[in-house]
Amino acid sequence: MITVRFFASLRERMGQEMRLLPAGPCTVREVWDLATDQAQPPTHLLAAVNLEYADFDAPVADGDEVAFFPPVTGGAA
Amino acid sequence: MIVGLRAAPFAPWSLLAEAEQALSPADRDGCGASSVFVGTMRADSGPAQVLRMHLEHYPGMTERMLARMADAACSRWPLRQVVLVHRVGWVAPGETLVVAAAWSAHRAEAFAACRYLVETAKHQAPFWKRECRADGTSSWVTANTPAPAE
Repeated sequence: MITVRFFASLRERMGQEMRLLPAGPCTVREVWDLATDQAQPPTHLLAAVNLEYADFDAPVADGDEVAFFPPVTGGAA
Repeated sequence: MIVGLRAAPFAPWSLLAEAEQALSPADRDGCGASSVFVGTMRADSGPAQVLRMHLEHYPGMTERMLARMADAACSRWPLRQVVLVHRVGWVAPGETLVVAAAWSAHRAEAFAACRYLVETAKHQAPFWKRECRADGTSSWVTANTPAPAE
């Protein structure tokens, strides 16, 4: 099982916060396609695997958590 | 080292005093410089006044990244103490968003480390802001302000 999470504006846009995929080994890109029914990824989309930034070709294994989110906007001034 | 998130309003100068008090006598004697950045929420970031803002984060990843940034600063510069604390949840204008501080023997390292902490927390840690304005509208902040020139 792969846990897929969406954050911030992307969560609202996708209409989902979390999703479980019964998937075997694959890539971040394939997880996106499966979790979003092959939605067009927004520009500047970021991804993380198991709480670490990952690119879209990064491998994903059973039990991993994959997160997708927009550019970060922390800090101040 | 004081690193992490705060889900409620906090007093930045008390936190900084706490960090300074935690220094050993030897470290206190060896610190010729401390550099501090306190970032505060403004009400005037757009055409309409911002009444409040929600700061979302990625539980687990955000804390891990802040800790890693503090560790990286300590590896890169000879620091005696570090503070990196970021607010999450609902925030009102005037409340502290982020505190970054570095204590070192000399000002060059203290300035450089403090700046590094502020900029990496802002540009790499997973935080997202949603602003609620006085005209009833709300929207996600989509762009981060660039780092100021050296």
